[in-house]
Amino acid sequence: MVNFGNLLQYLAVQSPQQILSGDQLNTTAMAAYTLPALPYAYDALEPHISAQIMELHHSKHHAAYVANLNNALQSHVVAVTSSDIASQIALQAAIKFNGGGHINHSLFWQNLAPASSEEAKSEAAPSLTAEIQKTWGSFDAFKKAFSTTLLGIQGSGWGWLVKDGSGLRIVTTKDQDPVVGGEIPIFGVDMWEHAYYLQYLNGKAAYVENIWNVINWKTAEERFLGTREDIFKTLSAAL
Amino acid sequence: MSSTLLRTVPALRGALRASGAAKPAAALASTSFVRGKATLPDLSYDYGALEPHISGKIMELHHKKHHQTYVTGLNSALETIAEAESKGDFTKAASVAPLLNFHGGGHLNHTLFWENLAPASRDGGGEPSGVLKTAINEDFGSFDTFRKQMNTALAGIQGSGWAWLVKDKQSGTLGLVTRANQDPVSGPYTPLLGIDAWEHAYYLQYENRKVEYFEAIWNVINWKTVASRFEKA
Ligand SMILES: [Fe+2]
Ligand SMILES: [Fe+2]
Repeated sequence: MVNFGNLLQYLAVQSPQQILSGDQLNTTAMAAYTLPALPYAYDALEPHISAQIMELHHSKHHAAYVANLNNALQSHVVAVTSSDIASQIALQAAIKFNGGGHINHSLFWQNLAPASSEEAKSEAAPSLTAEIQKTWGSFDAFKKAFSTTLLGIQGSGWGWLVKDGSGLRIVTTKDQDPVVGGEIPIFGVDMWEHAYYLQYLNGKAAYVENIWNVINWKTAEERFLGTREDIFKTLSAAL
Repeated sequence: MSSTLLRTVPALRGALRASGAAKPAAALASTSFVRGKATLPDLSYDYGALEPHISGKIMELHHKKHHQTYVTGLNSALETIAEAESKGDFTKAASVAPLLNFHGGGHLNHTLFWENLAPASRDGGGEPSGVLKTAINEDFGSFDTFRKQMNTALAGIQGSGWAWLVKDKQSGTLGLVTRANQDPVSGPYTPLLGIDAWEHAYYLQYENRKVEYFEAIWNVINWKTVASRFEKA
């Protein structure tokens, strides 16, 4: 099991890689992000998330965000080099969308774990669950609030449990907007239809019910105990 | 807001009229509510009729489950608004606006979508003719250019949404717009042709290969419907 600290190390080591691109005389170097390996097999989250979903989600969807992020960043480097401000601005949406997709999915894979593993038991997050009980009254009340929030998302988006200066909160983000404000993302759930459709069809409530079986509470505890700097320093620097 | 939405859409009015006859029990619940009760419109073709371009399973789920959810959500939002209104609680009524927009838009968009599709063996596919063809050539250069621009717009949607061929009410010219989630086309534009770019519209058949879906759907576009909307707009 790769924990979150390892993920950050992984991102730091794996990406960005310095690649010389374009005219070597300009010594234009840019970051190339890579698709992180899953810390478990595609079928490891069965029966809650099917292997087919996991494989497409990781090897196609996440890979596309990485590829499109690299393309957008490369175009951005060219636009900066040529002082083309209009193109730089035009590229911002693609960078945010695909960069967000890369961050969100990277965080997501790490905050899931096979249902039979120790990590998938809420006992693996003693400090976090204590804070959850303090905030929502009970663990079940929190799960209910989180599930309701997930099901209220209109269109594509994510639900996150985050920690900020005042404590724990549930937030949603649209499309691939990343949680890169002041918050620490504890765990996220992908509510895009591609995350569940092949298995659950329009029954997204069942997906939300089952996702609780595969939340990685060990990762969640580590993120909860860490600082935002711990978690985002490497990611932000990498971006 | 709801009444404006309902008034501007002939197809939706048809669905509403049908509901009055089909659901007498619901009609008794509240007089003011009966007038605004939306129901799921029937498709004018079978679920399997758009195969192989859109699978029967997709069509069935899309119509029977997804569209139905928007209809249910719309009625629920309207009911909440009517209740709040009757109590003079306009803050509460206003708080329902996002749900009304989402479910009302979902009902409207899907109703327009089903009507601008047709089996390839009947009215589906091919190219527009007559004044619509002329207008597309004038405003896009050619039908092929229009198609490419529409596909680029569809592929560029970040998240869930729709792409529409629209007519500008002021200038009368054609244009392309995209809308996020279920935001309906309104204001200065009349929707002529809509394509659903939500993942539920293609995922069971095309998975992540959405570009293949955007290519295939041109085989089942009902240009008669689009032309008729254009001429009435
Ligand atoms: Fe995803
Ligand atoms: Fe749809």
